[in-house]
Amino acid sequence: MKFQGTENYVATEDLMVAVNAAITLQRPLLVKGEPGTGKTVLAEEIAKSLGKKLITWSIKSTTRAQQGLYEYDAVSRLRDSQLGDARVHDIANYIVKGKLWEAFEDESAPVLLIDEIDKADIEFPNDLLQELDRMEFFVYETQETIRATNRPIVIITSNNEKELPDAFLRRCFFHYIRFPDAETMAEIVAVHFPDIQKRLVSEALNLFYDMRDVGGLKKKPSTSELLDWLKLLVAEDLPPEALRAKDAKTAVPPLHGALLKNEQDVHLFERLAFMARREGR
Amino acid sequence: MFTGFFYKLKEARIPVSLREYLTLLEAVEKGLANYAVEDFYYLARAALVKDERHLDRFDQVFGAHFKGMIDLADGMDEVAKADIPEEWLRKLAEKFLTDAEKAEIEALGGWEKLMETLKQRLEEQKGRHQGGNKWIGTAGTSPFGAYGYNPEGVRIGQDKSRHRRAVKVWDKREFKNLDDSVEIGTRNIKVALRRLRKWARTGAADELDLPGTISSTARQGWLDVQMRPERHNAVKVLMLFDIGGSMDDHIKVCEELFSAVKTEFKHLEYYYFHNCPYEGLWKDNARRRTDQVSTWDVIRTYGADYKLVIVGDATMSPYEITYPGGSVEHWNQEAGAVWMQRLLDHFEHAAWINPQAENWWQYHGSIQIMHKLMEGRMYPLTLEGLDRMTGALNR
Repeated sequence: MKFQGTENYVATEDLMVAVNAAITLQRPLLVKGEPGTGKTVLAEEIAKSLGKKLITWSIKSTTRAQQGLYEYDAVSRLRDSQLGDARVHDIANYIVKGKLWEAFEDESAPVLLIDEIDKADIEFPNDLLQELDRMEFFVYETQETIRATNRPIVIITSNNEKELPDAFLRRCFFHYIRFPDAETMAEIVAVHFPDIQKRLVSEALNLFYDMRDVGGLKKKPSTSELLDWLKLLVAEDLPPEALRAKDAKTAVPPLHGALLKNEQDVHLFERLAFMARREGR
Repeated sequence: MFTGFFYKLKEARIPVSLREYLTLLEAVEKGLANYAVEDFYYLARAALVKDERHLDRFDQVFGAHFKGMIDLADGMDEVAKADIPEEWLRKLAEKFLTDAEKAEIEALGGWEKLMETLKQRLEEQKGRHQGGNKWIGTAGTSPFGAYGYNPEGVRIGQDKSRHRRAVKVWDKREFKNLDDSVEIGTRNIKVALRRLRKWARTGAADELDLPGTISSTARQGWLDVQMRPERHNAVKVLMLFDIGGSMDDHIKVCEELFSAVKTEFKHLEYYYFHNCPYEGLWKDNARRRTDQVSTWDVIRTYGADYKLVIVGDATMSPYEITYPGGSVEHWNQEAGAVWMQRLLDHFEHAAWINPQAENWWQYHGSIQIMHKLMEGRMYPLTLEGLDRMTGALNR
């Protein structure tokens, strides 16, 4: 069982080593990186390439660790007791399984994605320490212990909004997805648009990396934005020359809305491009 | 096995623990490193480094530590002493040698023989040239190039994959600029600030109110389920930061505090001042001259339920607090002390955080004055001080 990347996902060597280490030693893999570099997609692709089920647990600011294990639905039990439902005598009927339970229970050792763990409360990772370490937890209501027969592959993503506790980090493998270099980027583009014109891609990539080098952008365009932009370029069927237009009016690349996500950035870019053109003359 | 490396990482202040070290060993034992140096590098990185800020330091330590082992700099004896498993070298050779070269190894009498020959050559070479290792390295067709895991040597394998280019991955130090980013230790600050949380129930009723249900059921005679909204942190904080001048020494710790409070409190307002709050405060330090907000407006805008936290070193000339016109920047009609008093009269819960060490306070007249104005509610910018502050603000 080895992860090698898929036809839709270009995995760098260091990423593959980290993923395979996490799979072999059955430890969680913590993935960080700039937004839009494919952290969430990674879990999907691992599941796809290993032919496993993917269970996603998206974390919000209100998510509590307990919700991942199970929840006891006392309200419906109270209601059922009023209606004289027979189900009411068994408390197990009112235990709602969480994502972790689902993953532990699954015999096929699925891929469990805990997405954006940094969104939750600061103590959230600490509350999951034992559960992720031993892959088991205790249900008080029914007095049973849920244990993973086949340990799931756990992928955790973080956007660095909060710092994670050391005790939690020590139990994980860690990988930081670096922004891909031009070569890897060309590979990624080739994977997504196999029959796009070569010249258009190289023009687009040059423009894209120039744009990322511009200082002071609020949100640098990332891989997912580049792919969106290329999609638009292809749909519009623009010739590569259009990307090199020297006209001051088109100082900003065509269809820039896919790349720059706020008006200050567009404005800054317009000004810089205008100045650059003037100097070039 | 890699104990030396482990301790060097510790020396470089990368937070590695025994547990992570054992994980690495376990992974190596399971054959994950595949006996290729790069794979080992990636594996060690994934197992030992848990924060991108430490990646650059890790690269440096890795480079420094394994350089001596992998270079054949000091000839065969060094290699014998260094504890690289023989399989590593074997695999390396397999990876980088062409079929012709492999045949040559065979012709030389297999691996053991090859090592012997290599040793002999190295000794010869020492006699002949000074720069012994170079000879091995640049002779690209020599099978020995494969061991010399230095930029010159690896060139044999360059066409294989772009990940095997001549410069070692860890020597590229690609994570350099991640090293000095902010947010160091903000977690501790946040945990200290947690005590300031004030829970309130607002929003949609989606939680069972058990005591409410019981009392309502008892009253009605039938089961009457009561719901209530979930609890949220509703504490409101107004922060004033001293900026510039003597505060420059404390920029780092103040940035940490600022980024911690910004994520911890939903209702957070902040303004800047210089040395002592006077009639104007500002939000953007670059436009401090043009975009000032009147302190009166601040007092009127934020209700008395806001907790006022002032961050400053209070290190200035005492006149800046006590006399009109004492400000170093402009002519202030009223003394700083007057403005401080107005703020304190309005905001019942107030505290001053001072980044200056507490045992220094007694030597600065201005700190003494401010301490008195704050009625003793001045706390040092340490975790313990923050703890005392949150306790006082909750009172």
